[in-house]
Amino acid sequence: MTKEINLKIDGIDLIVDEGTTILNAARKANIQIPTLCYHEDLCVAGNCRVCVVEQKGVKNLVASCAMPASEGMEIFTNTGKVRLARKHIVELLLSEHNADCTKCYKNGNCELQLLASEMLTGEPMYIDLVPDKKYTIDRYNKAIIKDDSRCIRCQRCVRTCEELQSVSALDVAYRGNHMKISTFFEHPLFEVVCTNCGQCVNRCPTGALIERNYVDQVWDAIYDTTKHVVVQTAPAVRIALGEALGMPAGKIVTGKMVTALKRLGFDSVLDTDFTADLTIIEEGHELLTRLKKALVDKDPSVALPMTTSCSPGWIKFIEHTFPEYLPNLSTCKSPQQMFGALAKTYYAQKRNLDPKNIVSISIMPCTAKKFEANRPEMRSSGYNDVDYVLTTRELAIMIRQAGLDFASLPEEHCDSFMGSSTGAAVIFGTTGGVMEAALRTAYEIVTGREVPFEGLNITPVRGTEGEVREASILINKTLPEWNFLEGVELKCVVANGLAYAKKVMQSVKDGTGNYHFIEIMACPGGCLGGGGQPIPTNPEIRSKRKSAIYEEDMGMTIRKSHENPEVAEIYKEFLGKPLGHKSHELLHTHYTPRKRY
Amino acid sequence: MAANNNNNNLINELVEKYGRDRTSLMPILQGVVEQNNFISDLNMTEIAKELDLSAAQVFGTATFYSFLDTIPRGRFVIRVCKTITCDMHGKKMIIQTLENLLKIKVGETTQDKKFTLLETNCLGWCHKGPSLLINNDVYSELTAEKVHELIAEYMHK
Amino acid sequence: MSEILKRVDLIFGEYSDQKYKTLEKTIKRPNDDIIKDILDSGLRGRGGAGFPTAMKWKFTMEQPGDEKYVVCNADEGEPGTFKDREILTQVPRKVFAGMAICGKVIGAKKGYMYLRGEYRFMLPELLKEIDVFNTNAQELDIDFTIEIRMGSGAYICGEESALFESMEGKRGEPRNKPPYPTVSGYLSKPTVINNVETFVNVLMICRIGPVQYKKLGTRDSRGSKVFSVSGDTPIAGIYELELGMPLEKFVEEFGDGDTKAVQVGGASGFCVPRKKFKDTIIGFEGVPTGGSMMIFNSSRSMYNVLHNYLDFFEEESCGQCTPCRVGCQQLRKGIEAVKRGDKPITYLEQLMKLSETMKITAKCGLGQSVANSFSSIVNNFKEEMIY
Repeated sequence: MTKEINLKIDGIDLIVDEGTTILNAARKANIQIPTLCYHEDLCVAGNCRVCVVEQKGVKNLVASCAMPASEGMEIFTNTGKVRLARKHIVELLLSEHNADCTKCYKNGNCELQLLASEMLTGEPMYIDLVPDKKYTIDRYNKAIIKDDSRCIRCQRCVRTCEELQSVSALDVAYRGNHMKISTFFEHPLFEVVCTNCGQCVNRCPTGALIERNYVDQVWDAIYDTTKHVVVQTAPAVRIALGEALGMPAGKIVTGKMVTALKRLGFDSVLDTDFTADLTIIEEGHELLTRLKKALVDKDPSVALPMTTSCSPGWIKFIEHTFPEYLPNLSTCKSPQQMFGALAKTYYAQKRNLDPKNIVSISIMPCTAKKFEANRPEMRSSGYNDVDYVLTTRELAIMIRQAGLDFASLPEEHCDSFMGSSTGAAVIFGTTGGVMEAALRTAYEIVTGREVPFEGLNITPVRGTEGEVREASILINKTLPEWNFLEGVELKCVVANGLAYAKKVMQSVKDGTGNYHFIEIMACPGGCLGGGGQPIPTNPEIRSKRKSAIYEEDMGMTIRKSHENPEVAEIYKEFLGKPLGHKSHELLHTHYTPRKRY
Repeated sequence: MAANNNNNNLINELVEKYGRDRTSLMPILQGVVEQNNFISDLNMTEIAKELDLSAAQVFGTATFYSFLDTIPRGRFVIRVCKTITCDMHGKKMIIQTLENLLKIKVGETTQDKKFTLLETNCLGWCHKGPSLLINNDVYSELTAEKVHELIAEYMHK
Repeated sequence: MSEILKRVDLIFGEYSDQKYKTLEKTIKRPNDDIIKDILDSGLRGRGGAGFPTAMKWKFTMEQPGDEKYVVCNADEGEPGTFKDREILTQVPRKVFAGMAICGKVIGAKKGYMYLRGEYRFMLPELLKEIDVFNTNAQELDIDFTIEIRMGSGAYICGEESALFESMEGKRGEPRNKPPYPTVSGYLSKPTVINNVETFVNVLMICRIGPVQYKKLGTRDSRGSKVFSVSGDTPIAGIYELELGMPLEKFVEEFGDGDTKAVQVGGASGFCVPRKKFKDTIIGFEGVPTGGSMMIFNSSRSMYNVLHNYLDFFEEESCGQCTPCRVGCQQLRKGIEAVKRGDKPITYLEQLMKLSETMKITAKCGLGQSVANSFSSIVNNFKEEMIY
């Protein structure tokens, strides 16, 4: 039993569990205390001091985010003393901040700006420190821009990079007036261990860490009549896009999104889900082939466990941190890149288009996809397989720019072909989803029967945040050609967030983790919590997005990748067979060992 | 390459002596400074690898501390105290004397890499200001004359 | 030396004849008795904050678990303070013995001394002394060893939680409190952290008893204090004096006859102008000090003095919390702007309000105490700020 604490906030009597902070106790009483450095996903820093409140009998103000409630405590959140102190603090932050808001990407979506407007900051109270600051902007990265002149040093990014991702590409450097958030020796992000996951971007309260946006380039392509612009949308976009357009979290907006994309002027609105299904076919066969090589051929060179390769943040992480395990990565490209390669080959052929006139756009919940699309090996069509990657947020910007009232849009379907989807593809957007989709298909290939779970819901592999989920599935009564798998217990593990990915890989390395198949998604909760998703993010929002994904899966008539009719068609018309020559050429890739140091 | 190997040996020695725990980070960084007068980027990545930290974490920690220099310094690092009582008792004149003698400004290193001239905060010799440190050694109650003698002495070291 | 300004010979007094005799005697006594003696003595921490030492030890003693630490804060960085160096040079064994008594009382087997980087030259001698202590402790069957950790030039590491961070190999950024060190200190274990001088005081209380000790000082400020006297004085140096003396007497003794102001407690302390010497008591009932006494005569510009302090704080702030990081920059730039005439005189009022905000909102003692010198100098020497 947790002990209960009685306290009083602004005259309201409250009972909270021991250990509850004043901030959270106040929220319970529907009193909002402003915060900047506080973030629900991260440990408490208590450094911005915006959340200070007055405690009866205490001379100094206390930081409500860091102060636990104690018995009999009396708190005042809105005294003159408190308000003046908060205003001073916001003014101080502004004096250090490049506050030309109209030139800032986060204009209108900035926590500092919001606080300043609430406090009616007028003429600056203090001397402008920016001219003496020699701030730098790192624009050299394809995915993320770091602008120190907009940084308020709340360290959310530092805590994100360390606590959630165990990467620590960013840390606090120097001291006092020179203190700043820095990479190793202030190198540009592209030269360090940054995975481009964008979790820092999701949590930056200001415009100090933002995605590199390609909105204008995409408009230009749309307006260019000589170009045929195809767009693909990832599964996690359709369950979160609404949030960036004034709708509540957890709304499925697939149909409205398709309508919006058509109205924006894309020539063809297609679906990454299609290549997600294709990934399952290729990756499923790859896993079975590796298992056969290991179990039947006793080939010692076969790399097991096999790990998924859909998450480009994870790919860059393993390249830096565990390069010796690159052979264990599935050679399958991510669905985005499979789609890109096919758009300028198969699709071009089928639509009788010159691939050089095709502009391939993807809408992703991810910032790392921007980096992925720019990898030199992602040109198997002979062109950039994917020309521009937009985040969910950038698509929302385009929709607003076009003057579309998103909530009232009618619902349409994706174009065909390469526009069909299954439930299996939809769940790619959540942790455990690739694993579940792969098992739905692989089990059936091997046994000829559906997976033995009610409603195809393989709940044991459905990952949750903040844990590594292990599951095993017994394979029996196999079809004759797969009898080498008879009685094999397929050991799977699912992890989301790179801190947990690191744990899994360390367990593989030290021999304590004994698996056949590993699914890793770089972001908390999987792609639904991706670095390109609407801001803000927190456990509650992500949990609603997750429910929406499973709801979408349950609502699909086809829920297994191998039953996607367009997938069957592409093998018949173009690819031949899974892992065949054409697949290898277009759908598979290789990886680059990188230095962690 | 030879320099690299030496550095790796140094880091290895320090890691063997102090251990691979994060609590060893300060002694290791201090050990590098004792030896080289600064911590290079190579040293930092080597330390990060040994302690299973990110390179940015080692950089962030090192740059917090005034004495853990991350840019090359001369063999003798002169740190002149600039805090109040030393300032009152002639710190400016000491700095000028040093700048003239060494032909460098505060923050710079002589061409022969022998001396670096820096200012620092309170050294704890307020009753005997002005004062300075040369590496770890303190010199207090300084006069222009004493500074001349001191530098002459170190020139021959 | 006047009657009121009694020199004392407690801290720097010679060692007892036999090595670690007081320690040997004390460790045989029950913990509660030792705590009671320290409590009765009225001893308050000598680092500047003045927390009752006995309470600190008692809280730590009562914490569960057998992994606890004793840390001696020898990161003496306050401008104008140099007494710990003298103590550690002259009577290091008294410090170690005090730490060992603390270890026995709270149940810690390990003590650390965090020595500021500026004092690295003392390391060889101290290490020798520590070897002697560790050997003696073994002979006396005391399960307590001491180790030295070095700082590297960061004033803020004198703040206790920043000091732990530094010992843990991190940036010396102060932690949120609570939890306090008595519950979660070094490596998140219950820890007693005391100033060098405090440990010596404990030892001397154990040697002479609280009754004798209490005869020194006043009701609120018991015992003696080691003062670091510097600035415009013909006799700068270290002095052990009784606490609770009037500043006027101090100035008579140490001033050069033309004293305009005394900065009591270093850059983070208070500046007392001539007109207030008479009514100011040096001690916890008046202006507290960790020992720093800086004397300024009428030739000194108090603007320069304040500017020097603000420069110091701007660089030595860890930089994590807004009021301290940005506030220090604003105060320094602000007084410059007023001096230049770029800002009106009324801007000083705005800066005073800012310093008040820093005092009540900064995360640690550093940021909170910038206001002390700022407001006491600006209030008392306003003309010097303007002209």
